Order: sequence, then structure tokens, then C-alpha cells
Amino acid sequence: MAEVSEIICVTCPKGCTLQVKHEGKDVLEVLNEGCKRGKEYAICELQDPRRQVASTVRVKGGLHPLVPVYTQKAFPKPLIPQLAQELRKVEISAPVKINQVVLADALGTGIDIIASRDMPGKH
Amino acid sequence: MSENYDVIIIGAGIVGSMVARFLSKYKLDILLIEKESDVGMGTSSANSAAVHAGYDALPGTNKALTNVMGAEMWPEISQDLGIPFERCGDYVVAVDEEDLKMLNLLLERGQANRVPGLEIIDGDEMRRREPLVRPDTIGALWAPTGGIIDPFAATIAAAENAVMNGVTLKRDTAFEDFLMDGNRITSIHTSRGDFTCRWVVNAAGLYADEVMHKAGVRPEFMIRPRRGEYVILDKVDFQLTRNTILFPTPSDKGKGIVVASSLHGNVIVGPNANFVDDKTNKDITKEGIEEIWSGGKKLVPGINRKHIIAEFAGLRATGNAPTPNPEINYNQDFIIEIPREVKGLVNLGGIESPGFTAAPGLALKVIELLEEAGESLVEKADWNPIREPRPVFRHLNKDEQAALVAREPAYGRIVCRCEMVTEGEILAEIHAPIPADTYDALKRRTWLGTGRCQGGFDMPRVTQILSDELGVPPEDVTKKGEGSPLLFRPTKNVEQDHLTVEDLI
Amino acid sequence: MKASYDVIVIGSGPGGLAAAIAAKENGADDVLIIERDVELGGILLQCIHNGFGLELFNEDIPGPTYAQHFIEKTKGHGVQTLMDTMVLDITPERIVFAINKDLGYLELHARAIVLAMGCRERTRAQILLPGARPAGVYTAGTAQRFVNVEGHMPGEKFVILGSGDIGMIMARRLTIEGARVERVLEIMPYLTGLTRNYVQCLLDYGITLQKQRTVNRIIGRDRVEAIEAVSVDDAWNPIPGTKEIIPCDTLLLSVGLIPENELSKKAGVALDPVTNGPYVDDRFMTSVPGIFAAGNVVHVYDLVDWVTEAGYVAGKGAAHFAQTDKVETGTEIPLKAGENIRYVVPHKISKAHLAEETVRLQMRAITPIEERVLVTVEDQNGDVIAKKGEAYARPGEILTLAIKPTSFDAAQKATSLTVNVRKR
Repeated sequence: MAEVSEIICVTCPKGCTLQVKHEGKDVLEVLNEGCKRGKEYAICELQDPRRQVASTVRVKGGLHPLVPVYTQKAFPKPLIPQLAQELRKVEISAPVKINQVVLADALGTGIDIIASRDMPGKH
Repeated sequence: MSENYDVIIIGAGIVGSMVARFLSKYKLDILLIEKESDVGMGTSSANSAAVHAGYDALPGTNKALTNVMGAEMWPEISQDLGIPFERCGDYVVAVDEEDLKMLNLLLERGQANRVPGLEIIDGDEMRRREPLVRPDTIGALWAPTGGIIDPFAATIAAAENAVMNGVTLKRDTAFEDFLMDGNRITSIHTSRGDFTCRWVVNAAGLYADEVMHKAGVRPEFMIRPRRGEYVILDKVDFQLTRNTILFPTPSDKGKGIVVASSLHGNVIVGPNANFVDDKTNKDITKEGIEEIWSGGKKLVPGINRKHIIAEFAGLRATGNAPTPNPEINYNQDFIIEIPREVKGLVNLGGIESPGFTAAPGLALKVIELLEEAGESLVEKADWNPIREPRPVFRHLNKDEQAALVAREPAYGRIVCRCEMVTEGEILAEIHAPIPADTYDALKRRTWLGTGRCQGGFDMPRVTQILSDELGVPPEDVTKKGEGSPLLFRPTKNVEQDHLTVEDLI
Repeated sequence: MKASYDVIVIGSGPGGLAAAIAAKENGADDVLIIERDVELGGILLQCIHNGFGLELFNEDIPGPTYAQHFIEKTKGHGVQTLMDTMVLDITPERIVFAINKDLGYLELHARAIVLAMGCRERTRAQILLPGARPAGVYTAGTAQRFVNVEGHMPGEKFVILGSGDIGMIMARRLTIEGARVERVLEIMPYLTGLTRNYVQCLLDYGITLQKQRTVNRIIGRDRVEAIEAVSVDDAWNPIPGTKEIIPCDTLLLSVGLIPENELSKKAGVALDPVTNGPYVDDRFMTSVPGIFAAGNVVHVYDLVDWVTEAGYVAGKGAAHFAQTDKVETGTEIPLKAGENIRYVVPHKISKAHLAEETVRLQMRAITPIEERVLVTVEDQNGDVIAKKGEAYARPGEILTLAIKPTSFDAAQKATSLTVNVRKR
């Protein structure tokens, strides 16, 4: 059964609100497409939405108690709540190096979570 | 289990603290109790910071008597207690004939109250002294003995000097009831236990009526809180020509909406005067801000809304007690008495403006009443009325600042950038005789967080310092005592996760 | 520690870091950064989300990663640093007074200064929010610092006032850390931050945004217990019958940034009342010779990449001034805000510079135009010196336009330039 959903495309800062005609996860057409990238975005959003996720993990003996981390690649959106939970369990020791892997192959996605910066020891 | 005292003072605002300080001169075991987490959290920390000359109070009233006593005493007390005070004088501004008549009335009152130096000046002279005053000014009453003070510092210093001289201070201790033997008070019951005593001094401010009713005294006396709202202007953006307080002519609502300098450097505008139903309602309201802004703008047209950096409100303990002298028709006077129907109570009530100014006068009256009641007050040989002030970094010159930091490096770390408050000052207050153990307690003592960023920069630093010095996790640091935590939990400790897949539409 | 430096940079956010690097690269020997925090990086250290480096590096990296790239470069260049140090005063003669625990009181002479102190946040008091004054009212940036750096959650149930980027970013951040964001309220009829953030921070997490709605009153004596929301009209007047009590324990304010110019004022720098930042020329020099300014201290940028670029320009200018002690601008053309433009930075361009270098203008529109627009730079006769088409104009997104040396001829006869943005 075909339906029309609204999806805001964020490929470029314009942020067009696309009227997407689809059947389940299959995109039939974008009714008000402004550019080609709109349809590509709509397909991605319906079939495999992914997002960059940034958070923090605990650090032992560091200058600060947390080090910021992020997903090396865009992460499957439905797994984000679980990822947040997993990251809460992680604790690493200072010193931490930028790009250090703090959680490898997170939730079996093949995507590493890496440190955004160095975190030196406390003194 | 009870502790025994000679005198228990209920309420550690400026009045209770000043009573404690003066009484500490005598050989008495004194307990000062305060229901909040710190001294001076009531009316004492939300007022115009004025020391009133005393021309406004009706001659023959308790207000007038204690106002003028206090105004005379503050210069010496502020020296002894090491607090800022400036006898800069104040003006009541007149713009029409009605106002001029009022100025003359105030002049008469002031003279009857024995206020020195009062003088009516003309509009040109007023404009010469303060060019920013409204251009249609036709005259003003000049009162050279009016002044401005730091009300937080005064209350803390008085309480501290009392503690230094042996007074026991218990904060977070709320009076609940009197325990009586017949009509004699034998002890008080509080949220932290019972304490026996021979005398109780009621200095409970907004709650003075409730306290005296527990002893069956003056059932007809009622305190109706009257809220006054204020705004504070950025000191960099606006100043009066010199330190002073500009008043409009008073009305039956009170002294009116003033534009005043403060010793901290900011100009303050306010207060209005509106009754509220609740003794805890210190809400700021849109209408209230409009009201005080309109009043302030009339007095000093040059003030600008863009310069407002803070607002607050205070509650006046407005009572309904008639003046003792029946010939004077006035029903809002201070109660200063030892009631006959009860033994062991010194009763103070309805202490609104000029209460702050009057505090030292009230303290002396309490002593007088105790002596009249037969209490033999024997002076201590070692009473020390002098309290040394602690260093304030921004008040020092460059050489003094350098020397201070060399001696104590913590003074080299600025924690509140807007008001230039150092870590050294914060540590000194946390470890002072009356420890500052909440964010607001530090704010009152050091002025941190009162500037244009309103704590945006300093709060994480101050929270960490308090946590370290008090030896508690940051989540236990509060803004103003129990029930006001600043932080809830460590970022990674989640008990109930609100994020579910369903949210991710 | 020396007593004098060629260039002193105040602040080590992206503007300050870039200025220090550029100063070194352009002949300044002794370059010092003074930073009030315990480490370099400024506000970037708490902006842990992605979105930085899109323009300059074609990358999408978090704030701290972006910062570290430049921090490493400053080390490589031999830039000196003083951390946990507060600048107390600057004089027009470029003497800097600062203080820290270890060295105490410092008096430093600079041949040139770059101001890079960034912004502070608009407070509850400045927007005159009525109600009680309980614990639990925070500006979004302070909350961000607590959550991301200090490691504490300031609450569990949040209402956020303001749909600017910081507010939306924090909405997502708080949700990831297990808290609940009840509502985001925006007083304007449009989103004031980026649409991308609306999608990825609010829509993604099912957080409701309400426009033309604001906080009428804060409720709670000791700790926030609720806020009373109300709808407003275009003039911000509350509409009767629209109040709603939203139970919560924390109110986050994302109601604007203000360039932090307390020190600039002390140095006698002239400030533009529209931006609240200094008047600057195309070298980012202020009205005081030898004092430059770069980054959010000048106006509120939306892309850090342009802050870095401005830092480079200011640093280069500072190095040049330090070496020559001269201001050679030649004829300067003032830049004015024209149709639908709130402000344009820089405030003036030197004709001589225009002959050699590209000057990037930064503008903010007043009212949104959700259709194709044309940004034009016109001289006093209405002749178009430079122009650029955009898909739209929004107050929350800075418009930029680069005036290239190729426009030099056209600009020769200009005595003033006005920037406009109109429907195409």
C-alpha cells in the first residue's frame, strides 16, 4: 500500500521537506524533488538510516573524568540507544590517544568508536 | 537530650545576628538558631542595601527611634566588623508643589527625630550634584547621614563576630514550639532537638508572628509579606555621578522606587511593594519589573534596559502593630517588648524598612529590656568587637595583589571572571568561622556569580571546589541547602534510561 | 617567561589558535597564547559532536578533534602558552596584565595583540524570565560543560528554551545520556538553528519543538519543579488561554550568544552596538592600532571553519604590525548593512588590500526568505561590485561572500559599499 511520508533531507543545509511516496521501505518517487540527492537520501533514510554518534566514555586517572568519542562511520540509527548503553559500561585508563579505539566493532556493526582527542593523565 | 542556654535567639538575619553580637559582650551562654542553611537568607539579603538617615519614620515610633540609633552606630560598627559602608548621603527628589510640601514634612519629621544635617536644596543644585536626575526636578531633601552598605557582609560579619565571642550558631535548625512551665518559657523545641533557656529573643522576621503566637502573645498581630522587586545594572555600562541613593517622595506604600548606587559598583533600581499570599513567594514578575522600571526611569531617565544583568525580589515583614504611644496614629510599627503574659520572651516583630538600619538600635533595646527585667549582665573581660576582614583581591592595588598571590597562590586563580573573585577568597569563606557550604552562601560572601554572565563561567569551577573542600561528591553540592542540588548524577550513571528505539522515528 | 612578545593572543579557541599559528608563519618570533582554562582548545573541547571542518578540510569531525589539529600545529610552530591564567586588563599601549597561581601577577608587553575571547551566553536575567529562582536553571553551554567535560548531569527532565544550535545539540546529548527532554520552546516563528540539527537532534529523538512559544514563569522554590509555557504573537505578547504547566526539573536556556568584550572595552576598542563586537577592518584590526580580534569575539559565527580563516587573517595582520609597527591601510571603504542585512563584518575594507587578497564578508539576514536570493555588494551608485546566489536567507545561518581581487577595478571608485540580500 503506497503512502506519502515527509522526510527532511539534510544532505545540504537547505533542508528541503521531501514528499516521499513509498511502499514500506521501497521508495517509489519523491513528489517534490529539488535535486537528485533528495531521492538518494530518502532511500537511505527508509532502508538503512545512519547517523554519526558522539558521546563520552569514562577515563581512569585522566585530566578529566570523561573523554569524548565518536563513531568512525555513520552508525545504524535503530542501534543508537543500545550503543549509548554499551558506552556507559566502558572505562579506559589515561593517557588516551586521539583516534584510539575505545569500543571495537560496536554491536557487531564493524564500526569502531574512537577517541576524539588526547586525554593526558592527571598531572 | 537538650543543651542549656541562657538566651536563645530565633533567626539569624541582620537583627538576630546583631542582637547575638551585642549580647556576646556579656557572660551568657547564647544560642542563635536559623532555619535556613545560612545566616541572612531572608529579608536581610534582598533589600535596597540602604542605611536610612531617619527622616521618613514617624516621630515617636519605635521605627524612628531605632532608625536614628542605628544610623548613628553604623559607621563605627562597620569599622569594627570590617565591612564596607559609605555614608554617601541620599536625596528625596521633588518635581511639583505636592512633592515640595512632602519634602518640608520630611524635614520636620527628620528634625523631630534628631537627624543631623538635613537640608532642602533647589532643582539647580540637585542637577548640579547629580546631572542624571530627572530634568524637571524642582528641589530635593539632602540627608548627609544616609548611606549604603553591603547587607550580606554586614549580616555575616555580625554573626561571625558573635560566634568568635562564644555564641553557638545552629543553621538548618527551625523553631517549632515553646515548652512552658505555666507561663514561663523553659525551652524551645526545634527541628534539631530541644534547648533549654531563660530567655528567647524573637528575631524571626517574616515568621515573627507565628513564633509569638506559639507563646500566646498578640494573637491579633499578623505579618503580611510585601514583596519588593529589583533589577541590577551592569557596572561597566551605567553609573551615577557619585555614590548616593535617589528617592522619589514617599507614599503610604513606602519609600518608593529608588535608583541607588551599591558598594559593589552596580546601580540598583527598585523596589515596588505588593502584598503576596505566601511567605516564600519571591517570584519576579513581568508586571513588577515594568513597575519598577517605570519608576526608576522617571527618576533617572538615562537608565537603559539593555544594561540589566540581574533581578531579585525580597519580602518585607509588614506587621500591623500600633505604636506604643497611643497619641500617635500609626499601625505598622516595630514591636520591641517583653510581653507581660509570658515570662522569658523578648519580642521583636514587624521588622520591615528601616529594619536593617535599625538593627544595632534594636540590639541595644533588647539589652535595655533585659536589664529592666532584672537580668544582671556582666561584661566579659575578653569580648572582642573587632572582626578582621578577609582579603578581597579586586580591592587591592597591583603590588598588594602580587604580594597576596606570592603568599597564597590560590589568590592567583580567578574563578569568577566577571567579578574577579579568586579561589583564595572562596577557600577562605569555605573555611571561615561560619563556613560557606552552598553556592549561594559563597555568592553572598564573595559576589561570585552576580555579574553579567550570572555564574555561567564559575559554576562548574565553584561546584568542584565545594566538592573538594567539603569532601562530598559534586552531586551533593547545593545552591541554597537541602532540596536544591545543582547536579543530579554522574553523566554515565543511568538508572532509568528514557531513550528507546521507539523514540527514534 | 618573557616580559615582552611580538604577538599575544588572548584565548585558545579556534580563533586564537589560528591567529597564533598565522602570526608565527608570518614572521613573528615570540608568540604567546594566554588561556584561562587548564588546557588549550576553548569552547571546542566541549563541542563533542561532529560538524567541524566541513569547509576547510572536507571532513566532518568533532570539535575536540578539530581543536587538537590546531593545538598540535601551535606546538610544532613553537608558540608559547600560559594556561590557567586570567587576563585582567589590557591597555591601548598593548600592555597585558594577567594572573595565575604559579607566576602570580604578570605584566606583559605586546607589539600586537589578538583578542579571541569568544562569547558568553545570554542569561535568564537578561531575558527577564519571571518566576522563582531555584536551582536547575542553566544556560545550555554551562550544561554542556558539566555533561561533557566535568562528567555530571544537571538534571533528569529538561525543558529547553531556544531552538538555536546549542539548545538542539544539548537536547540530543542529554537524551543519549539517559535524560528526558520534555519540550523545546522557540519564541520566533522559525527555527533559529540549522535544519540539520532539527532533524538529527530533535526529530530523530522524538523531541517536540514548539514555535512561537516561550517560558512564562519558572516554578519551584529550591529546585525547578515545572515551567509554565505560553504562546506568543509576532510582537512576543503572550496569547491568553495558551498557558501550559510542563513538569520538569531543569530549564536550559539557549537564547543567544554575546561576544565577550569586557577586555576589549578596557583596551579602548570601539564596539559595534549591533554585533556587540569590535569594529574591524579587513585585517581584523580594531580601532586601536595593533589590537586585532578574531572569531566569536567579533560576531557570532556559525561555522568554525570561518573562525579559523579569520584567525589566520588576524594573526597575519598582527605579525605584520609587530614587525613594522605601522598601520598601512591606505584608502578604506566602509561596509554598510543594506536591505535585510542586520550587520556585515568586517566594517571596512582597504582598497590596497583588495587589490591583492580576497576579503570574505560575513553577514546576517534579518528576516528569513525561503526562496532563492541574491546577495549583492553595491557601491554608492548602486553598481554591483560582487554578488552571490543562495538558496535562501535565514537569520540563523551566516551569509558569506568573498570579494576577490578581480573586483578591484570595479571597487576603485567606491566610497562606500552596501551589502543587500533580496529575493532573486
